[in-house]
Amino acid sequence: MSLSSDSVPAAIKPPDTSVTVFATEDVTKVYQMGEIEVQALRGVDLKLFEREFVVLLGPSGSGKSTLLNILGGLDLPTSGVVRYRDQEITAFDDAALTRYRRDHVGFVFQFYNLIPSLTAKENVALVTEVALDPMEPVDALGLVGLADRVDHFPAQLSGGEQQRVAIARAIAKQPDVLLCDEPTGALDVHTGVVVLEVIDRINRELGTTTAVITHNAAISDMAHRVIAMKDGRIGSVHTNDKRLDPSELQW
Amino acid sequence: MSALHRKLIRDLLHMKGQATAISLVIASGIAVFVMAVSTYNALNLTRQAYYDRYRFADVFTSLKRAPLTLADRIAQIPGVAQAEPRVVMDVTLDIEGLSEPAVGRMVSIPADRRPRLNDVYLKAGRYIEPYRTNEVLVSEPFLEAHGMEPGDSFEAILNGRRQSLTIVGVAMSPEYVLQIRPGELIPDKKRFAIIWMDERELASAFDMEGAFNNITLTLLRGASEQEVITRLDRLIEPYGGAGSHGRSEHLSARFLSDELKQLRASAIVSPSIFLSVAVFLLHVVITRVISTQREQIAALKAFGYTHWEVGRHYMLFVMVITTVGALIGTAFGVWLGKGITGIYAQFYHFPEYLYHFDARIVATALSISVLAAVIGTFGAVRQAVLLPPAEAMRPAPPAQFRETLLERLGWSRLFSASGRMVLRELERRPWKAMMSIVGIAFAVAVLVLGRFGVDAMDYMMNFQYFVTQRQDLSVTFVEPLSADAEFELQQLPGVLRSESYRAVGVKLRHEHRYRNVAILGLGDDRELYRLIDARENQAKLPSNGLMLSDKLAEVLDVEVGDTVVVEVLEGERPTWEVPVTALLYEFQGTNAYMSRKVLDGLLREQGSVSGTYLRVDGNVIDTLYEQLKETPRVAAVTLKDAALEGFRDTIAENQNIMQGFNIMFACIIAFGVVYNTARISLSERSREMGTLRVIGFTRAEVSTILLGELAVITLAAIPVGFGIGYLFAQAMAKGFESEMFRIPIVISSETLAFAAGVTIVASLISGLIVRRQIDHMDLVSVLKQKE
Repeated sequence: MSLSSDSVPAAIKPPDTSVTVFATEDVTKVYQMGEIEVQALRGVDLKLFEREFVVLLGPSGSGKSTLLNILGGLDLPTSGVVRYRDQEITAFDDAALTRYRRDHVGFVFQFYNLIPSLTAKENVALVTEVALDPMEPVDALGLVGLADRVDHFPAQLSGGEQQRVAIARAIAKQPDVLLCDEPTGALDVHTGVVVLEVIDRINRELGTTTAVITHNAAISDMAHRVIAMKDGRIGSVHTNDKRLDPSELQW
Repeated sequence: MSALHRKLIRDLLHMKGQATAISLVIASGIAVFVMAVSTYNALNLTRQAYYDRYRFADVFTSLKRAPLTLADRIAQIPGVAQAEPRVVMDVTLDIEGLSEPAVGRMVSIPADRRPRLNDVYLKAGRYIEPYRTNEVLVSEPFLEAHGMEPGDSFEAILNGRRQSLTIVGVAMSPEYVLQIRPGELIPDKKRFAIIWMDERELASAFDMEGAFNNITLTLLRGASEQEVITRLDRLIEPYGGAGSHGRSEHLSARFLSDELKQLRASAIVSPSIFLSVAVFLLHVVITRVISTQREQIAALKAFGYTHWEVGRHYMLFVMVITTVGALIGTAFGVWLGKGITGIYAQFYHFPEYLYHFDARIVATALSISVLAAVIGTFGAVRQAVLLPPAEAMRPAPPAQFRETLLERLGWSRLFSASGRMVLRELERRPWKAMMSIVGIAFAVAVLVLGRFGVDAMDYMMNFQYFVTQRQDLSVTFVEPLSADAEFELQQLPGVLRSESYRAVGVKLRHEHRYRNVAILGLGDDRELYRLIDARENQAKLPSNGLMLSDKLAEVLDVEVGDTVVVEVLEGERPTWEVPVTALLYEFQGTNAYMSRKVLDGLLREQGSVSGTYLRVDGNVIDTLYEQLKETPRVAAVTLKDAALEGFRDTIAENQNIMQGFNIMFACIIAFGVVYNTARISLSERSREMGTLRVIGFTRAEVSTILLGELAVITLAAIPVGFGIGYLFAQAMAKGFESEMFRIPIVISSETLAFAAGVTIVASLISGLIVRRQIDHMDLVSVLKQKE
């Protein structure tokens, strides 16, 4: 499957709740930060489904980044079980986790984490070079509307453009899941909307299961489901009857 | 090219200054290594080829006089391949333009064929022809020193008769690569010549027809040198044989071996030190690179790059810097090696020299650098590999600061805000400050080491020629004379003081170890020839027994209180058992001393003299020389100034070539280290600097903080570097020590000032570069960077 920026989406399918992509059981996480012990997750049970767009909402320190890192195989929980489809990733060793990240997960970070010494195209190529079935870096950049900026270095791009490069980098390998940590956190409203539109399109057109972390409640209206987190636990789960287009969001 | 490789190249270009500095430090170490090893190999080969081609003998011996029939018996000794009897005589020369007498060693050669052993290499002119009288070949350095050439003639006193000799050829021989006069340690090309003359003519001049007084042998492959020497000594003993020896005790051969040994030592000591500095620098820089790229590493891992791929990326980074350094160093080292081999070859007058470009040296140099780089950076790269990606995503916890000790003591008013920042930074991260201090201290130490050789040589010259031996000249006699001879010398014009000595050739034996040396019997009231130990205390001759140089004691494995067997190699050849009653810490030679009275007693002599040390009046010295030239029993006159000159010309000259490069490399290293230290602290703190600028600090104030830190570190590093430099000097001295020479560990205040000065200049220049970077700092982008 390949997708270009001007392709017309086929039938937009709703989430398939019969296929569980992620399932967590009583996940806890404690970590040491300087001299302080932080209880980041205090027992999280959660399921994410095929093609679903989920927003994880919560104030800073509520544990949402930790949860996302665990789902993405960047971190292991202190206790509990996490399954990706039929695999128990909490049982993975380091090499298997790396494999899992390489083959299935696309990450978008709040601070973009672009390699400053590489151009937009090369940043994307960094991922496509190790992926199983990647798109062309230029195509991925076209998809996020940066076809004319491929040879720019991060320092020559605006914040929104850098984040779009980061998204292009995440989707270029055509991942099964797209995990975004505060993708608009460092952006103004207008740029934020552009970035969210890109993420939304990936979800709709490629059917990529997507989880977006935010502390901005307004973003929740574009999700299938909104999971609110508080103090390392799931506070509430809310399903949107009607999803808003990012351009209609109010914040 | 993969994106990761592109990142590598751009990262390297981004820090090209630092990468270049490290490459150059590695290059310095490798250059010295390649230079020393390749020169060593080339000289070793050249020497071997010279010895082989000109049939250098294996065993050497001299005796008083033996019939040629003995030579046939010697040739029958099992294991002897060839034996060549000769007449070898030291004579006084009268050279135009040289007021003092020179010594010529006359060596007999056949006129109708080339010598079977110790053949001469004819550099110019022709070989001597049969039945022509007074034709001689003369050693090249002597002719060079006096501007003489074939066709010229000079006068020599042969067996009391003045005779004019005509130079027909300029020659060299493997036997006299270095023309060292007997009893001396250093060549004297101006006053010592090797003169090859027709054996018939020489024999008749000295009434040695049908006889010989010197014989050299080559051995069959696999023959035991020791066994041959033992049998040979037994055969020659009745003929006044003074003990045979192999190449290992042959003056010229040993000098050359020592030089090669020193080259080998310099192939190990300096490069090891230089490369450890490079290892240290790489460690600091890579640790820094990895910590600034923490988030990039996390991102790479998040995308599924494996540990191996991440580790390889940073290792490649190190390898590029290392390989570039190693290649530059190798190229430079080969170039230097070739040049220095040429200089050596010229100095030693080798007929030809063989310098091969040896791929194995390059391979070794590369392996050494790579190994060093891996050692230096393994820890840091391992950290990158093991960095948990999720942890790297989280911001590092804020650094913990507290008031410094000085402030807690209530002295904070003494410091400005910037002063306090400097102090707190230093105190907060003492480990980092210490690493920087150690780094710069290494630079100081390498500089100290670079100049240490010069100090050691100066000290040694001064010690040898001004502290211990204070005579203006020494006179040695053909054979021991009665005490009257000293009286006669005292009557010569210009002699202010004379102190005679008795030197007797002996074989000192202790268990299975032995050395052929001369026991020097000295009077008790001495002003000219003083015995001084290395702590510059005057040592007193023991009233009984032997005093040995500690080196000789080490070689013989004896301690004070042990008894050694002394086999006298002249006269009645008595054998004594003598206790070793004192040791003397000396720099040169393996010497044995005794009180003259004790020696006289043992020899049953009454004040025989082998030679005299003289203090003379410089105004009438030429007249004195004239008289000495005419004195038949004077074998040699040695001038202290000449010896000093010889020392400078040989030992010092060769050392200086190496020293010059060592100093140059030391400067490169010093700059490399200091510059890197300054750059790293700038890159670590650019955000802090930017913040300060934004809140209104001036450029000067901001620079003060960073440069203040550099200044404190540099000043703290200097004394530490002196200490490390001393240790390095010790290692170097140890590596260079040979049986003939020992290097004193003396570091002059000039050297310390030089090391400190270069380091401070390096700091100032690095500081200026950093200052310029602070001035051009883009405040906005600095502040936007995530820490």
